[in-house]
Amino acid sequence: MPYELIGISVLWIFLYGYVITASIDFGAGFFSYYGKMTGKGEMIHAVISRYLSPVWEVTNVFLVFFFVGIVGFFPETAYYYGTALMVPASIALLLLAIRGSFYAFSHYGNPKSHIYHLLYGATGLLIPAALSTVLTISEGGYISKLGNTITFHAGALFASPYSWSVVCLALVSVMFISATFLTYYANKANDRQAEEILRTWALFWSLPTIFASILTFMALYVQNPEHFSRMMNNSWWFILSLAFFLNVVRLLILKRSYGFGFVSVMLQFFTAFWGYGASHLPYLLYPYLVIQSSMTSPKMALALIWAFIGGLCLFIPSITLLLRLFLFNANYRKGVIK
Amino acid sequence: MDTVLISRMMIGITLGFHIIFATLGVGIPFMILLAEWFGMIRKDPQYSLLARRWARGYSITVAVGVVTGTIIGLQLSLFFPGFMRIAGHVISLPLFLETFAFFFEAIFLGIYLYTWDRFKKPVTHLLLLFPVVIGSGLSAFFITTVNAFMNTPQGFTIRNGVILEIDPLKSMFNPATPTETTHVIASAYMTCAAVLAAISAFYILRGKRIDYYRKALRLTAGTTFVLTLATSIIGDLSGKFLANQQPEKLAAAEWLFHSESPADLLIGGVLDPVTQQVKYGIKIPGLLSFLAHDDFHSKVIGLNEFPRDLWPPLFVHYLFDLMVSVGIFSAAVTAFFVCIRYLISRLEWNRWLLRALLINGPLSMLAIEFGWTYAEIGRQPWILRGYMKVAEAATTSPQAGSMLVVFCALYLVLGILSSYILMRMASSNPVENEMEKRGVKWNAI
Ligand code: HDD
Ligand code: HEM
Ligand code: HEM
Repeated sequence: MPYELIGISVLWIFLYGYVITASIDFGAGFFSYYGKMTGKGEMIHAVISRYLSPVWEVTNVFLVFFFVGIVGFFPETAYYYGTALMVPASIALLLLAIRGSFYAFSHYGNPKSHIYHLLYGATGLLIPAALSTVLTISEGGYISKLGNTITFHAGALFASPYSWSVVCLALVSVMFISATFLTYYANKANDRQAEEILRTWALFWSLPTIFASILTFMALYVQNPEHFSRMMNNSWWFILSLAFFLNVVRLLILKRSYGFGFVSVMLQFFTAFWGYGASHLPYLLYPYLVIQSSMTSPKMALALIWAFIGGLCLFIPSITLLLRLFLFNANYRKGVIK
Repeated sequence: MDTVLISRMMIGITLGFHIIFATLGVGIPFMILLAEWFGMIRKDPQYSLLARRWARGYSITVAVGVVTGTIIGLQLSLFFPGFMRIAGHVISLPLFLETFAFFFEAIFLGIYLYTWDRFKKPVTHLLLLFPVVIGSGLSAFFITTVNAFMNTPQGFTIRNGVILEIDPLKSMFNPATPTETTHVIASAYMTCAAVLAAISAFYILRGKRIDYYRKALRLTAGTTFVLTLATSIIGDLSGKFLANQQPEKLAAAEWLFHSESPADLLIGGVLDPVTQQVKYGIKIPGLLSFLAHDDFHSKVIGLNEFPRDLWPPLFVHYLFDLMVSVGIFSAAVTAFFVCIRYLISRLEWNRWLLRALLINGPLSMLAIEFGWTYAEIGRQPWILRGYMKVAEAATTSPQAGSMLVVFCALYLVLGILSSYILMRMASSNPVENEMEKRGVKWNAI
């Protein structure tokens, strides 16, 4: 496989890792705020803080890994996106900063103040919305290059139905992923009440997820027909994704095997994400950047791939340890040990 | 203001803020390791509690470090797209490795912070710290190689604006790497020891005369002494590196205009920029020659051998002097403390000594800021010395200015909030209460 394909695949998998882990976190913020407002807060909050506290930094590193990696493999992206995305990226950074630091402040320093809760819930919605616009922008039409100046057309982005459909999709996916995960976790922790609430939420968000996906497909047809037709060529990824989705809904209705249900959600998003990514190629930014010509030198690419392999050898055992100690450890989940 | 200046201010402010938390992030795990290890070998739960309380505060500073680090990672591309487009080809390996080091560190830190009483053998919990210490040390190493590369770029060629023949390892291990990485890591360790010593001194001054703080102060101040020596010795090697590889930076720091042998070390002073005469400064004959080449008579290159438009701003002289002064102050104060503690231990808690140790903490952190600002501004006008000027690298985005304002506001809020939270954590849970609660014995002195 050519280096640029290896590179983009690795990065894409990391972005996927971020999407899943961060969705759980973002959605949890929203549920926890909503739960507080409707008086169901305490137990949901307990489930959430148990899982999330040891993991949030790891989630953040997934994101850092992605953007450091993409600039490493494809330095031209820094130039185009960096110039164009000054404002949207800064806003996303600001929100991430608020979320990360307030999370730590309140968790270690100060038990739940109201404003913290609000910020935690709100940033959980705003961050995915802001980050998802980068994918929208990559479809082309919002950035133009004249001579040496790169301009970002914010107006066009706000006016575009495609852009809004992506934001919608991002938000409902976050809710869906998060709710199915938390259902599983509450179940494992033997918290029946929380489990039942979260299960209903998961079911509630399942339909919008599918609607938003279809909406996005249609909007993409208008925005970038070329990409749309490549997607049609990759359609079996999306069919697979639909099958996994139906399986999750089935399990949620039958109240069975939530663990397998969450794995199905992961596969549902993995297949869709992979299909989207594969059909997005060769473009990194339509129509300016394609992966072949914007890649770094082969020698560097090789070094990065080796670094990646070495890194994985460290990373996989340590993340397994983390998950075994916190996620899959029955006593920890039930709150017997802190 | 033009966007070049804005971009420089932005990156300078972000890094200046990040480096506070980054320094703590690199050094504090090491100190926690020391304390927990002492607790284990001496079977003294007070040391273990020390480790535990430091770790609690550390969880706050790490969070701000992660947040601000994430910001820089992206801001480099936002504010210096031209730099990343070219240098990205070369520096991506260390940046990539740094991220892995963070991964490693973040995972084990998460485990460490949540598993205090989970293992049967205390050594298991202690072992979890090693990946944290190694991970943060490695990330400091990798990121500093990037900065070293900016000082002495190598391992590539540029033809017609295209970067070719890249050798990633050669560029990582450039001439600036050995001294810069070691000086940065040593100074981070030193600063953390000094900051923790300052905290202990603060409580003793406030009247908490208990054995817990005596142990804490002895441990931290003693460590500060050793680490200050290490930092200063490596700093001397950094001076020799500069004399050989970046002589204009050293000459600017010393206001040396004509090449001289022997050259004098200048402390303080006021420069008349027209006549290049220095007033009021203290000159130490031959010492600059020694700093540069280990020989009191050797020749040191002056600024006049470089074209005027390649001179760094001359105020870096003060930054350099301030950094070195802190090194000397810290070495003197901690050496004094160590002597007194062994020789006349009834004076160990002399108020003036404690006050000196108290200000040594913030001063060390300031020395980090002075050192970095010197290193960065001393590279002006280059961003990649000899290859690319700052002006060619910065963004042209008209919104840069408003983003600068937004981020400054963010740092202000983060700075105030994190200090407030840290102080509240300490005051709402005094160590005496915690020792009672955990059944740890302690004595008043
Ligand atoms: C606690 C902090 C601290 C202390 C006490 C010192 N330094 Fe330092 N110094 C740093 C913290 C620092 C730093 C922040 O880590 C820098 C900035 C960039 C770098 O490589 O390290 C630095 C840079 C730096 C440089 C520039 C290197 C370059 O630009 O590549 C030199 C020549 C020295 N130092 C020399 C010294 C000497 C002779 C000291 C003797 C006492 C000294 N430093 C004490
Ligand atoms: C370790 C890796 C670092 C990298 C890769 C880096 C990168 C950069 C870049 C790209 C610039 C802009 C170009 C320039 O003005 O020369 C810059 C400037 C600057 N940096 Fe750093 N920096 C690093 C560390 C630091 C730290 C830790 C500080 C802390 C104080 C710092 C302080 C500054 C300042 C004050 C400027 C502005 C210089 C000027 O305007 O003249 N840097 N740095
Ligand atoms: C010599 C100067 C620097 C040192 C010693 C340093 C060290 C650190 C430390 C200790 C942290 C906290 C992470 C943790 O504890 O898990 C951190 C975070 C971070 N730093 Fe720096 N840093 C420096 C400069 C830079 C520069 C110039 C960049 C930009 C390229 C950068 C990028 C980051 C990133 C992306 C993070 C967040 C990583 C995460 O999400 O865990 N750092 N840094």
